[in-house]
Amino acid sequence: MERPLTQYIHPGCPPFDLREYQMTGGYAALQKALGSMTPKEVQQLVKDSGLKGRGGAGFSTGVKWGVVPMDDHAPHPKYLIANADEMEPGTFKDRLLLEGNPHQLIEGMILSAYAIQAEVSFIFLRWAYKKAAQLLRKSIHEAYVAGFLGKNILGSGFNLEMHLHTGVGRYMCGEETALLNALEGRRATPRAKPPYPQLSGLYGKPTIVNNVETLCNIPHIVNNGVDWFKGLSNSEDSGTKLYGVSGKVNKPGCWELPMGVTIRELIEEYAGGMKNGYQLKGVLPGGASTDFLTTEHLDVKMDFTDVAKAGSRLGTGTMVVMDDATCPVGFVHNLQHFFAQESCGLCTPCREGLPWVEKMLLSLEQGSGTEQDMELLEMHTHMLGPGNTFCALAPGAMEPLQSALKYFKDDFEKHISLHRCPYTA
Amino acid sequence: MISQKINKEVSKQDNTAKYQQHYLTDMERQFIDHEVSLVPHKSAAVIEALKIVQRQRGWISDESVSAIAAYLQMSPAEVDSVATFYNLIFRKPVGRHVILVCDSISCYVMKYGEIYKALQEKLHIQFGETTSDQCFTLLPNACLGCCDHAPALMIDNDLYKDLTVEMLESILKQYT
Ligand SMILES: Cc1cc2nc3c(=O)[nH]c(=O)nc-3n(C[C@H](O)[C@H](O)[C@H](O)COP(=O)(O)O)c2cc1C
Ligand code: SF4
Ligand code: FES
Repeated sequence: MERPLTQYIHPGCPPFDLREYQMTGGYAALQKALGSMTPKEVQQLVKDSGLKGRGGAGFSTGVKWGVVPMDDHAPHPKYLIANADEMEPGTFKDRLLLEGNPHQLIEGMILSAYAIQAEVSFIFLRWAYKKAAQLLRKSIHEAYVAGFLGKNILGSGFNLEMHLHTGVGRYMCGEETALLNALEGRRATPRAKPPYPQLSGLYGKPTIVNNVETLCNIPHIVNNGVDWFKGLSNSEDSGTKLYGVSGKVNKPGCWELPMGVTIRELIEEYAGGMKNGYQLKGVLPGGASTDFLTTEHLDVKMDFTDVAKAGSRLGTGTMVVMDDATCPVGFVHNLQHFFAQESCGLCTPCREGLPWVEKMLLSLEQGSGTEQDMELLEMHTHMLGPGNTFCALAPGAMEPLQSALKYFKDDFEKHISLHRCPYTA
Repeated sequence: MISQKINKEVSKQDNTAKYQQHYLTDMERQFIDHEVSLVPHKSAAVIEALKIVQRQRGWISDESVSAIAAYLQMSPAEVDSVATFYNLIFRKPVGRHVILVCDSISCYVMKYGEIYKALQEKLHIQFGETTSDQCFTLLPNACLGCCDHAPALMIDNDLYKDLTVEMLESILKQYT
């Protein structure tokens, strides 16, 4: 089983420096692309590979790049941004790539910038990743010294600057248009789309924002081609995927596996099964903003298509396991507390609705909720759903809530009839 | 009336000029100048400026907001709207060390509540408070990105994971 993104990552050991990275084939893709491929050819290759964005939405990377104006009169500078904000609760996959092999990300970014002819690139890194910040600073410096960044890279005439930007904490910074505002020194509120960032992004110039894991795939696709990339997968969606499992399992962790392993394989084989004495009750397959799946979905393949068919989203691919000793009402209350707190306040349904949802869940959890609260919660899942808010934060928040109301209704009812939480003795 | 108002405006400007000259240290200004040189217009460096001043002074006071505003040719309200938006810009004084306890979902499942309770008992403070010796401020924080090692917390730049209540004593001892 090939693990292109993580084969040289050994948690606990320092990552490769430039020389070690090069000795294992690093920067060969850059030499190849700059030496023998046009930017359009790189775009086409990535499009043909079927790579879908690993930041949560699963949009085709090649198609996204294809919207960037490429003619001689295109506005410039164009920008390429690595979204390393990783703040979705339950998600810890980009950290592995950032700390484990920073040069892989840098090479992926240079290649992607070349494909859209960007002249300036940023890594938008979340503040908490202190070790990654240190490693990235060092690696960017090494890449400049080696001539992989700066002017006239490898004599190709292509120029690229790269900067590391560390955030100051806010979930919204991960939303791509809010990220642009944050980079411009503003509040991280989202922008209206259209215009899409590909046409008018950072400082009004064409901009691509891609997830860290997405970008780390690029050198391997350039080196090995479309068929190889498709062959890595067990499913319709190409490539490998970084999967994670957290919660009361024996071996929580993060693994690179063929796209399309099943939920059962992840929990039972890779995460070593549930901890002694605990049963699986539900999972959030791809982070806090995805719908619950339950024991009936264990054979669902973790790819974009299959998880969607089962009524949820692959999201970030990092799964949170809920066991039978954890109160689902408390679990969802915890999630809604997060979303209410991180709402940027720009649009009314989200700003006003999420705190209400949080309050109702708290009173339900404490045993003072009523049947009417259940109806109101249900109503909110529609009122804060897709199309009713300015960005995807609120609809994302509603996903675990609506599915909890569906799958764990009994638990909510019990809180109401017993006037207390049945999970606390 | 009008002249009074104008006088007031003038004195405000004087104040602003004074802030610009004396409030920010040479080092702070040097760091901010560097950030300004990287962006197309001054105001784009405001988050960096807030980070720089906070690094030196621990938090962002009203005076810091005004000084940064004057330096970047923004209004204090604009600077404050940014300062108050981000979780880790502190608009109130904090202790010498800030403890950020992850209260997000994986840490919830892995019972961060017990860690919080033990911290409350040891430090005699709740979330949002600072110990009387100014050593620690205790804050809740969203997912720290190490959910496979929940529960987790950060103190300043240090991450602690797979926490148990028993570990807290020796962790806290390292900070004075
Ligand atoms: C509230 C919110 C938070 C997000 N946070 C992140 C994040 O931390 N990292 C990320 O890569 N994408 C995040 N996204 C998705 C981005 O908006 C964007 O779709 C993604 O960075 C695009 O990269 P990709 O095409 O490579 O997946 C978030 C979206 C929303 C609505
Ligand atoms: S949905 Fe929430 S986070 Fe998104 S713009 Fe509206 S208030 Fe802001
Ligand atoms: S939920 Fe606590 S580290 Fe992710």
